[in-house]
Amino acid sequence: MLSTESIKKIDREITKYPPDQRQSAVMSALAIAQDEKGWLTNETMDFVAHYLGMPPIAVYEVATFYNMYNLQPLGKCKITICTNLPCALSGANDATAYIQQKLGIGFNQTSADGKFTLKEGECMGACGDAPVLLVNNKRMCGFMSNDKIDRLLEELGE
Amino acid sequence: MTQPVQILLTGVDPSDPDNWRLRNYEQREGYVALKKILSENIPPEKIIEEVKKSALRGRGGAGFPTGLKWSFMPKQYEGDKYLVCNSDEGEPGTFKDRDIMHHNPHILIEGMIIGAYAMGIRAGYNYVHGEIWNTYERMEEAVDEAREAGLLGTNILGSDFSFQLYNHHGYGAYICGEETALLESLEGKKGQPRFKPPFPASFGLYGKPTTINNTETFASVPWIIRNGGEKFLQLGKPNNGGTKLFSVSGHVNKPGNYEIPLGTPFAKLLEMAGGMRGGRKLKGCIPGGSSMPVLPGDIMMQTDMDYDSIAKAGSMLGSGAVIIMDDTTCMVKALERLSYFYFEESCGQCTPCREGTGWLYRVIHRIETGTGRMEDLDLLNNVADNIQGRTICALGDAAAMPVRAMILHFRDEFEYHIEHKRCLV
Ligand SMILES: Cc1cc2nc3c(=O)[nH]c(=O)nc-3n(C[C@H](O)[C@H](O)[C@H](O)COP(=O)(O)O)c2cc1C
Ligand code: SF4
Ligand code: FES
Repeated sequence: MLSTESIKKIDREITKYPPDQRQSAVMSALAIAQDEKGWLTNETMDFVAHYLGMPPIAVYEVATFYNMYNLQPLGKCKITICTNLPCALSGANDATAYIQQKLGIGFNQTSADGKFTLKEGECMGACGDAPVLLVNNKRMCGFMSNDKIDRLLEELGE
Repeated sequence: MTQPVQILLTGVDPSDPDNWRLRNYEQREGYVALKKILSENIPPEKIIEEVKKSALRGRGGAGFPTGLKWSFMPKQYEGDKYLVCNSDEGEPGTFKDRDIMHHNPHILIEGMIIGAYAMGIRAGYNYVHGEIWNTYERMEEAVDEAREAGLLGTNILGSDFSFQLYNHHGYGAYICGEETALLESLEGKKGQPRFKPPFPASFGLYGKPTTINNTETFASVPWIIRNGGEKFLQLGKPNNGGTKLFSVSGHVNKPGNYEIPLGTPFAKLLEMAGGMRGGRKLKGCIPGGSSMPVLPGDIMMQTDMDYDSIAKAGSMLGSGAVIIMDDTTCMVKALERLSYFYFEESCGQCTPCREGTGWLYRVIHRIETGTGRMEDLDLLNNVADNIQGRTICALGDAAAMPVRAMILHFRDEFEYHIEHKRCLV
């Protein structure tokens, strides 16, 4: 169900916890599965459950509780922009409006070409770099002026 | 101006890509404290004593004395005990732990090893905030470096002390910053806070005695051991030992982290952060992260940055996130955004928090959008009263306190919104 490379990564995570606590690796296992598949289908979650010896419902609970799991298909690039107060004081709302206008989509929508999905995020612990956004959960970009947004979208759209 | 003493980011140079590495850390007295402890066989009680003397208070938000917390761990306990670092920095306005981990990861590792030694713990976890993947990877690399150098693992530096440390990556839930939610999350569950008591020192991770501290708290420990608790205390002021990182965000010219001795005047910190953007007037400041009560600018300008001074001024030092708002800020809109955050992030376990945060957000939203009523201000205070102190964890208080403070200090602005259906600013 998952590539051997993903399984290897999950196995490495499992070693971090006591042998009778494989469940502790569920967050990273889901993240690794999501990196491979793009989003978490029930089938993928069932696989993770089986692999860690957990009831599937316990895995669904985790996947629905944490915001960074994708429970639906989305565009090639998920862009999450922080709009919390400290960022809003330093241009996050303007940056949001600019991206939305450029891509022609609002939050929780995917661009017509299937390339971008936009999400509203909460504080990413990087408020000094506002406006801040996160690409596909991993790449954080700060000080997002319109110029930098142009360049980023161009790079990601290729 | 003499450069204030720095202990968390001394000699740290983010522009040098290798500056965080073990050998660079060692050049700035890194692991000297640990080596001293192991070579001199310093008894664990002595270390806890030193931390108590330092008046180091938890940097995660509550400001609980660290030495005292460490002394709660059972000593003669036979089974496993755990040490956990709370690096789930998600309190809006806070971005200090990221800088410590990213630019000086070994200071955290050394602090945790010393803590583990002091409490007789053999395994620990560092729970890293979900959104900072690069920093999590940096921590992974740093832990590998320490392991290869014999600083982590079995028989550290040839002694009979062993300690394993692992990083755990969060995945986007503010509530996991609450310590018992964090433990649940580490166990592979939803991050829902536990009832207390029992406290983690008796029933923590996997039901075992556990101590949880914030990243910056651990990172302060090596300096204390090298220089003595008394010296650390003297850096700050009585009951408020040491230096602290303040994350300054909002309407300043140079947002960023500034490490200053506790007790430094706020005006000085503001100056370090480049002063107000555009030379505008300071209208309000949230001095300790979004969960803390806002203070008006003129009160702030006369306050010192330490736990006791800020408490006296009517707020809390919290995580040390200083959110600066100038006179262009609409306080109704600011509060609306914060209330939305707590509503979104409530884990839903307790009725007052689950329902109350929704009420707070909806009522503030209707004031902001011009359909509020004058009675709404009393209603907001009433809802806040019904949340505060009636929930399993402090997220309820965190949602309620900002509402009450905003209405207390900026009531005329809320009234203007209701009467004129638009902003005062
Ligand atoms: C809703 C909520 C969020 C919290 N978030 C954090 C956090 O991100 N980081 C942190 O260190 N402590 C956070 N805390 C405080 C922790 O529960 C705990 O007090 C702290 O980690 C203890 O470490 P310290 O004594 O070193 O401060 C939070 C508390 C609450 C109620
Ligand atoms: S106060 Fe709120 S966040 Fe905390 S346990 Fe209760 S419902 Fe969950
Ligand atoms: S408020 Fe946006 S990163 Fe903190």
